[in-house]
Amino acid sequence: MSHVVIIGNGIAGITAARHIRKFSDKKITVISAETEYFFSRTALMYVYMGHMKFEHTQPYENWFWEKNRIELKQAYIDEVDFKNKILFSAEGEEITYDQLILATGSVTNFRAWKGQEFKGVQGLVSKPDLELLEENSANLKHAVIVGGGLIGVELAEMLHTRNIEVTMLVRETHFWGSVLPAEEGKLISNHIQQHGINLLFETELDEIIPDENKHVKAITTLDGKQIDCQLVGIATGIKPNISFLKNTELETEIGILVNRNLETNIPDVYAIGDCAQQRKAIGNRKSVEAVWYTGRMMGETVAQTICGNTTAYNPGNWFNSAKFFDIEYQTYGWVFPKKKEGISDFYWEDKKNQRALHFQYKTNSKEFLGINAFGIRLRHEVIDNWLTEKILIENVIQQLPKANFDKEFSKKIKLNISDLQGQKDLAGV
Amino acid sequence: MSRVQYNMALSGQPPQELTVTQKVFVFVGMLGLLVLLLATFNFQFPNKALWLSLSLGAISVGTIGFSWSLYANKSSGIKNDGVWFKSLTSRGLWAWVFGILITLFYVVLYFFPQYLGLNADAENTGLIALFDPLSKMLSGNPASQWFVYGTLYTLSILIFGIKFIWKYRHSRYEIIRTISVMFFQTAFAFIIPEFMARLNGESLQLPYYDLKNIWPLNYYNFEQYRIDGFLNSGTIGLALLIFGVISIFVITPILTYKYGKRWYCSWVCGCGGLAETAGDPFRHLSDKRQVAWKVERWVVHSVVVFVTLMTTAVIYSYLDYDATKYWLNKDVFLGFVALLLTLVFCWAMLFRREELQKDAQYGAIGYFVIILGLIGIHFFFGNQLFLFQAETLRKTYAFLIGSVFSGVIGVGFYPIFGSRVWCRFGCPMAAILGFQQRLFSKFRISTNGGQCISCGNCSTYCEMGIDVRAYAQKGQNIVRSSCVGCGICAEVCPRGVLKLENDSPDGRINPKDVLLGNDVDLMNYVNQK
Ligand SMILES: Cc1cc2nc3c(=O)[nH]c(=O)nc-3n(C[C@H](O)[C@H](O)[C@H](O)COP(=O)(O)OP(=O)(O)OC[C@H]3O[C@@H](n4cnc5c(N)ncnc54)[C@H](O)[C@@H]3O)c2cc1C
Ligand code: SF4
Ligand code: SF4
Repeated sequence: MSHVVIIGNGIAGITAARHIRKFSDKKITVISAETEYFFSRTALMYVYMGHMKFEHTQPYENWFWEKNRIELKQAYIDEVDFKNKILFSAEGEEITYDQLILATGSVTNFRAWKGQEFKGVQGLVSKPDLELLEENSANLKHAVIVGGGLIGVELAEMLHTRNIEVTMLVRETHFWGSVLPAEEGKLISNHIQQHGINLLFETELDEIIPDENKHVKAITTLDGKQIDCQLVGIATGIKPNISFLKNTELETEIGILVNRNLETNIPDVYAIGDCAQQRKAIGNRKSVEAVWYTGRMMGETVAQTICGNTTAYNPGNWFNSAKFFDIEYQTYGWVFPKKKEGISDFYWEDKKNQRALHFQYKTNSKEFLGINAFGIRLRHEVIDNWLTEKILIENVIQQLPKANFDKEFSKKIKLNISDLQGQKDLAGV
Repeated sequence: MSRVQYNMALSGQPPQELTVTQKVFVFVGMLGLLVLLLATFNFQFPNKALWLSLSLGAISVGTIGFSWSLYANKSSGIKNDGVWFKSLTSRGLWAWVFGILITLFYVVLYFFPQYLGLNADAENTGLIALFDPLSKMLSGNPASQWFVYGTLYTLSILIFGIKFIWKYRHSRYEIIRTISVMFFQTAFAFIIPEFMARLNGESLQLPYYDLKNIWPLNYYNFEQYRIDGFLNSGTIGLALLIFGVISIFVITPILTYKYGKRWYCSWVCGCGGLAETAGDPFRHLSDKRQVAWKVERWVVHSVVVFVTLMTTAVIYSYLDYDATKYWLNKDVFLGFVALLLTLVFCWAMLFRREELQKDAQYGAIGYFVIILGLIGIHFFFGNQLFLFQAETLRKTYAFLIGSVFSGVIGVGFYPIFGSRVWCRFGCPMAAILGFQQRLFSKFRISTNGGQCISCGNCSTYCEMGIDVRAYAQKGQNIVRSSCVGCGICAEVCPRGVLKLENDSPDGRINPKDVLLGNDVDLMNYVNQK
């Protein structure tokens, strides 16, 4: 019986383990340092806000693993001998494998700012980060968050529930400018400000200033402002957690390089989830896709290959979702933040109820390319079908009620084709 | 994670303490309660009507004002901040104090009403006397402990209903549903029965009848005194009796088919009404473990068997008394019950195997226990002996299920076990509706493709202890007999994954291993396996 070892018990590693169990009788061991059991990283914020206890973030009951013969081991692997297929744990244990899946996730990407080593400077990726934040929250009056993106807004919402004043430094002219077009970027920026968060646009961190105890007491920005604060939340991005694999024969770049079958350059070694980097990006996707869904999909895929049914990672239409304070966001297909040649926009906003839809389509053929939805839930299956069938933007607008997934009795959305004509040349600003 | 004791004065800590405004409103509400307490200890209030109004007014102002200061200046959206930090809502000291107080109240109410001032032969005293003016105004009779209870119960649903609406003001489903529950409680459970009592006289002897209370929830509906009452009340009485029967056999299945059991459990029912309003702060305390689900199925189905047997025995015991009044005779009645159960059983076994799955065992067991019981009744007990048996059964049921389970445990333990313990483990009505919901209904909670991030909010806030996430993360619709359709899972889901809806019954149950978003070929390959 061959032995599959998975490093990392996040969504990628655990999905792989579950599927391998479903399709084979192999011995499966999941090694992870952070926690004993799989938990949902996306739910960390709710623990801090008191919506849930940590145990609620664990999607499976503790008996699940033994029942499905998935062995769990809490240990940190600090060295891998790929030649002899042996893992060495920091605790001094040696573990041999026949096949190895690397699913080691991400860490905060500190960008070598001056003063980033001081107390009170932290990211939010792991459970230890959450515990540190809890510790750092005591006596915290003012926090600065660097980076206007998903983790940044989550951090802001978290701190806000504890009556901590929050200032966010945003590099672009509106929130999450690398992904959101200006219209909805403004909408969300306003919403965040309504909650009392101080957004500083086109502002970047310069330096972190400590007090006599080596704890942050202020930061300065590139444009020379000084802001007093007792916490600096780093939310400018994450990077693959692969430092323990450097200086081995494993090929890495930003992440662990894999081909479409999720195979690394070493036989019997695979990489999935946040830590994997496609040698050649797939379509419009990034080469490192650090989202929950892609971690799951890679897990589903690699399990097939491990079980003898070699399968390429071939994700369908792109989708993602998030929530900015009270506004839910869903996206399907591609909506580009900046104007692109040959692509037109149609933007609809319901100011009063803070709802919006942003469509993009090919200017000439009118083929529907993607949609951003704010404060409106859309039916994944229906939109996915439309994207696959490349239907026309007119048809999307006409049939939109079919794709509505809002709660019963929700306010209806009224879109007219004539509005589309009127907005033909609007395009992402 | 262990939480250290926080100093309230510092910022950066979970908000646990009350603001000044909130304290003021708590104080006002407490004053209202104090009047009730003083009355209970026989403090003589000079003008009872005035003091009762003052007391109930203060309780309402306190609760509504408190909600206002909680939610009014927050933007609309989910308001679960600090739920697991606050003592009252996380099984802390306050939860126990509160739970014990309510439990004591229920014990006195059910078993020692004399301490509340009930006096059958003379004037009421104490708390009950305080409610006399209101009762006389409505029905013309002095108050009873049930009138006091009914008034406080209705008031709770109304004031906590307002709080609930404030909290979920972003959701029209929650608002409309709550208004419905408030209406049915006030009109059907409280005012109409009191007026019916007022109409009673020579030609009308209607029993107290909350029309929305359907057998087996009102397990006593077919007891002899009530049947006599209905039959002695001419056409109206007969109409009500017939309504009681068709509400079980016709109205209930039709509505459940169209809308799921939520039409009753979270739009109409009073027990559900209290759980959804006053019980809302405790909804997350339900047990989500799989063992709890196992226990639930055993207990709740046992209660159904118990209530069916009990009711059959009770009706059986009085049927042949007066041939002119009851045209139905004992044997025909028994045969009828047996036939009905057999039909339902065969239908479920033949046509609903797929939906039944594991639940089939429970159905089968329940069925056979009932049938054996019926045969036992028929062959082994003589009339006299059986009379006693039926009465014992009735009394046991009324004590164990009707009082201890639904009241003392069901409500008294809100702060410990969550708000729907009774609905989940004890209510036979919920079990029967659940059976219908699982086997033939258009209702389901649809899961949105591959959007679930397994965060766990839905499972945590499901008051029925359903592990919603377990379905959502498999891309599977939630078709569970216990789901009361409160809609809160869909509210708290941060990714818009869940939608309560009525749609065609085909393809309701749809487990997937590979979710939407991945390679289409892989999805087909794995999901077809
Ligand atoms: C706060 C936050 C919110 C997010 N919200 C969303 C969201 O809403 N939607 C979304 O799509 N995505 C979201 N993401 C991203 C998403 O959580 C990740 O993409 C996903 O969890 C990655 O899963 P993974 O299995 O690749 O890795 P991880 O979940 O990171 O798991 C990797 C595990 O491997 C362990 N490990 C690493 N190296 C070793 C070693 N050498 N030895 C032993 N163990 C090791 C780590 O300790 C870790 O437990 C969020 C991320 C964060 C941090
Ligand atoms: S599954 Fe959802 S709708 Fe059903 S009872 Fe639970 S929370 Fe309410
Ligand atoms: S709340 Fe929504 S995203 Fe979270 S586990 Fe439930 S269905 Fe999934």
